[in-house]
Amino acid sequence: MQQNFSGVGVSPGRIIGSIRQMPKPVSEPPAGERLAASLSADAAAELLRASAKTVQVELQNRAAGATGASKAVLEATALMATDPMLIKAAIKLIKTGLSAERSIWESGASVAEMLINLGGYMAERATDVLDVRARIVAELRGVPAPGIPLADAPFILVAEDLAPADTATLDPEKILALVTSGGGPQSHTAIIARALGLPAVVAAPGVDALEDGIEVYVDGAAGLLSLEPGAEEIAAVEAWKTAAAILAVFDGNGRTADGHLVPLLANVGGAKDAVKAAEAGAQGVGLLRTEFCFLERETEPTIEEQVIAYRGVFDAFPGQKVVVRTLDAGADKPLPFLTDTSEPNPSLGVRGYRTDLTTPGVLARQLTAIAQAAEGSSTSVWVMAPMIATPEEAAEFAAMCATAGLKIPGVMVEVPSAALLADRILGEVDFVSLGTNDLTQYTMAADRQLGTLAALNSPWQPAVLKLIGLTVEGSIAEGNNKPVGVCGEAAADPVLAVVLVGLGVATLSMTSRSLSAVGAVLKSVTLDDAKKLAVLAVSAPNPTEARKRVRAGLPILEELGL
Amino acid sequence: MSERTATIASRVGLHARPASIFAAAVGELPIEVTIAMEGEPAEDAMDASSILSLMSLGAANGDVVVLRAEGDGADEALEALVKILETDLDAE
Repeated sequence: MQQNFSGVGVSPGRIIGSIRQMPKPVSEPPAGERLAASLSADAAAELLRASAKTVQVELQNRAAGATGASKAVLEATALMATDPMLIKAAIKLIKTGLSAERSIWESGASVAEMLINLGGYMAERATDVLDVRARIVAELRGVPAPGIPLADAPFILVAEDLAPADTATLDPEKILALVTSGGGPQSHTAIIARALGLPAVVAAPGVDALEDGIEVYVDGAAGLLSLEPGAEEIAAVEAWKTAAAILAVFDGNGRTADGHLVPLLANVGGAKDAVKAAEAGAQGVGLLRTEFCFLERETEPTIEEQVIAYRGVFDAFPGQKVVVRTLDAGADKPLPFLTDTSEPNPSLGVRGYRTDLTTPGVLARQLTAIAQAAEGSSTSVWVMAPMIATPEEAAEFAAMCATAGLKIPGVMVEVPSAALLADRILGEVDFVSLGTNDLTQYTMAADRQLGTLAALNSPWQPAVLKLIGLTVEGSIAEGNNKPVGVCGEAAADPVLAVVLVGLGVATLSMTSRSLSAVGAVLKSVTLDDAKKLAVLAVSAPNPTEARKRVRAGLPILEELGL
Repeated sequence: MSERTATIASRVGLHARPASIFAAAVGELPIEVTIAMEGEPAEDAMDASSILSLMSLGAANGDVVVLRAEGDGADEALEALVKILETDLDAE
């Protein structure tokens, strides 16, 4: 039997624990599958009703333990499980001789199709119907329900890959580490693992065939899962605990070894996040994702609601800086009141700042709300627009900010055109912030969600690093020393963070979990070291080589187990 | 056959949470209740205990719907259901 499984380490940490496999997705019952000869149609219908009821009770129990928006969704989903429309259509099919599994499968499909045709909010609920359908089929078959397994003791979760819906229901108290056979460094598994601080390995073929309950060792930095852990692995886990204790604290002062200041800021989605970030030592907020305050909303939040949401974040950082990004709807983050979900190519469509073209007014009202929330607060409030492509757009946004009484307007650099014209864009606004995830996807023309293109979709791509360097050069050319920050995933990678600083980036904003690791590594190099490492990275032939070269110049990574 | 009309009070219309609450209330009744948009023929009315039917009805805030039921206690049951529809359930 294979002892070691290697993959890509995406979130550091070493741990020993027993594994639980994510149940396989429920397979489609074969078309035309007949009722078993021993079963009458009436008996099959009864079984279906009973299974639907069991699924409903299970979902109701989960709803009872949930809060807020996810509670409401679970309650509605529970009702769907025994819904007459779904069940009656299935029973009609059973009476024609089809198996109960196939009948509920088809009935669920036609209900989902109906919802999709209704569009908008209804279309989104189609996923819930399909989830309920899968649960009922699993119940009829007597196999575990799809979704994260429930267990009393914390475990290492192993899966083919995790979907956003799975990661949303993941309880970090119950999970020790994540290991997937598929996925890539930008997959949802990787992002959620980093956000929760869980060790994680992705793209480790074969792990999804391991038996439930066996004990394994996982190293989320080296990208390794090994069976039958012994003395060596136990020692490695202990060494990690010591390193983690060092990494647990950020002193709240981002700087290089020679005292060059690089404020380390946090990316937050609301007041709760902001309080946590402040506790973790963040020197401000480099990215307030305002759409996260309103993701479950079907209608535009009122100005009063917005003021409360923003004020909560400002209050967590008195006297410090908070960069508010205006609503970034579209592509992977649709907002019903702004997004047209029927676009053939949403990543290149009306998203971010562009929604002001199709739904004028929302942005102006948001700016008014931000200005009201900033009133009387000691926080330095900066505002930036996402998806800016031209200097004209930057100028328009700056004018809107001025009208609202907001003093420090900026824009995000995510579209390569904005990086190329950074000097002219900075002639219109006071700062820019690089969104490296989108900048990478647009520079490399590679969809962020596609595992197959993971190698193209790396911020280590020399072309991406070059565009970051060009943005800094644009700021120098503009002549007023206007700051260039980074607020993408790249800033959270302690190795890449050094390169960014070497390229001349002024501030780094990241998930607050990464502050201490980035701070510790940055403190180990001088600004000159960082500049040399940046040159090595930009001149490397490919992302793997770039990363390898920079790692070789950062001995502290080994010491800290990163 | 008892019949009542109701104006949808929830701001988001009759789906999401308001639809859940209403469907659950109908489900607890011993009688069958149907729902249709005002002006639609009675034979096109849908099962009011089905959250999926309610969602597909697409009743928005301010729309008028017709509830129908038969049997003992139908009048009282419909009165109670009209009250639910005419409350802004989203505000609670």
